[in-house]
Amino acid sequence: MIRNNKQTISKIAKGLAVIILFLMIWEVAAIIINNNYILPRLGDIIWVLVHPLTSVLGGSSLVENAVVSLREVLTGFLCAVAVAVPIGLLIGNSKEVDSYLNPFIQMIRPVPPIAWMPFAIAWFGIGFKSIIFIIFMGAFFPILINTIDGVYGVRNQWTDVARMFRATSFEKIRTVVVPGALPVIWTGLRVAFAVAWMCVVAAEMLPGTSAGLGFMIMYAYNLGQLQVIGAGMVVIGIIGLGADGLFRAGQARFFHWQGRG
Amino acid sequence: MMEPVLSVRNLGKTFVEGEQECNVFQGLSFDAFPGEILCIMGTSGCGKSTLLRMIAGLETIDTGSISIPGDPGTGPARAAMVFQDDALFPWLNIRDNISYGLMLSRDGVSEEMVSRRVSDLLDLVRLTSFSKYYPYQLSGGMKQRAAVARALAVQPGILLMDEPFSALDPFTRRELQDEILRIRDAASADCHPVAILLVTHNPEEAVYLADRIIVLSDRPAAICGLLEVRLPRPRKISDQEFLQFREDVTGLVIR
Repeated sequence: MIRNNKQTISKIAKGLAVIILFLMIWEVAAIIINNNYILPRLGDIIWVLVHPLTSVLGGSSLVENAVVSLREVLTGFLCAVAVAVPIGLLIGNSKEVDSYLNPFIQMIRPVPPIAWMPFAIAWFGIGFKSIIFIIFMGAFFPILINTIDGVYGVRNQWTDVARMFRATSFEKIRTVVVPGALPVIWTGLRVAFAVAWMCVVAAEMLPGTSAGLGFMIMYAYNLGQLQVIGAGMVVIGIIGLGADGLFRAGQARFFHWQGRG
Repeated sequence: MMEPVLSVRNLGKTFVEGEQECNVFQGLSFDAFPGEILCIMGTSGCGKSTLLRMIAGLETIDTGSISIPGDPGTGPARAAMVFQDDALFPWLNIRDNISYGLMLSRDGVSEEMVSRRVSDLLDLVRLTSFSKYYPYQLSGGMKQRAAVARALAVQPGILLMDEPFSALDPFTRRELQDEILRIRDAASADCHPVAILLVTHNPEEAVYLADRIIVLSDRPAAICGLLEVRLPRPRKISDQEFLQFREDVTGLVIR
């Protein structure tokens, strides 16, 4: 136990060392360059960060912008879950459906989500709906592919047990296929959320948006306020890390049964 | 004469392997009676597992028939199977695994009944204190006992066991063999006699457990031997008679 604690502390110390080194190099470079339009001082970035409720550049505060981005990302992400999981279950359970849909999916999958922006604007206009659509496109495929893989990974013996007890097709899916595939689907959700988070920031940077962390960064860029950009990036990183931590905690909480005794 | 719980008549099964059709078995006929232990032996690949899967309704029947008197074809299964490896659902605890078949059956079993029956089964397989454990937390033998309890939960007339002990160490295996005998007796005492069809590669296991032993020939498999094991119980594997039986069975299988 003591050894374990020592190992953990040493691991954290090593990680912290690199971060501190990076910050030191940044600060020294900022002092040498001495130009706030190229590299802002850490103190300026931190000032923005420790005043999260103060209006930034005459607009919304850091927190308000983060809430806008989070709301968008959650909406798009949940829409993607609602569509991708049922389709994935359908494809995973039926070779027939798979042979119809697979080529189409493989064709669309490599297209970067942000490339859909012109179409999104044409279809949904500038703003919230277009951003949701981009996030949806980004989150959809990781969830779909993982759902299909998850279903393929369900052991035949488990489905045999359901059939032996005369489960209907729906019962088989509900009581065996979904729970058996869920750990892999969960991994898909985790990847998808990370993609969605990147998509929201990118989509908000496009012309026509008026709120969100991506918008705030772009607006600050236009005004040459690089410390706001730095603060925005830090917040993006922290939220991304936090979300990933939540997914990992969920994994440990819900799928402990995968453990080997 | 007792009514059989299972009648297999002229059973045939053909698999298509590549371009070739392969007869797994041809004209297989036998009965199983309430409360008996019927061991099925034969060389590898002769279709023993396929036979059990057909009885469990997991494979289609090509020719002939399998009839399970009193099985309406819906509701709880009359033939329940224990697989080679436990096939427990890792996401359910032991109690929920055992109640799985009961929760599915739509014959109006109340939750209270389910709970009571599962508790009785946990008692029977000596897993009461492990009811909240998950499969990964149990040993191989305990998992297999839970799998037996899950199959018994629907009170089947036939318990199908496909080499259920082959993955276990010799000591656990012996323990579980005795457990099977105990479970069979308990079921009979409870007025729910269960016929046990057990596929095994192990002649000693067959002679130790079986009331009758069916030996299948190579493909296309047919019954090449039917032995009644008339040894008193409890059987001792070091008895001369036991050893003789074991030799006879071995001879029939590798003939």
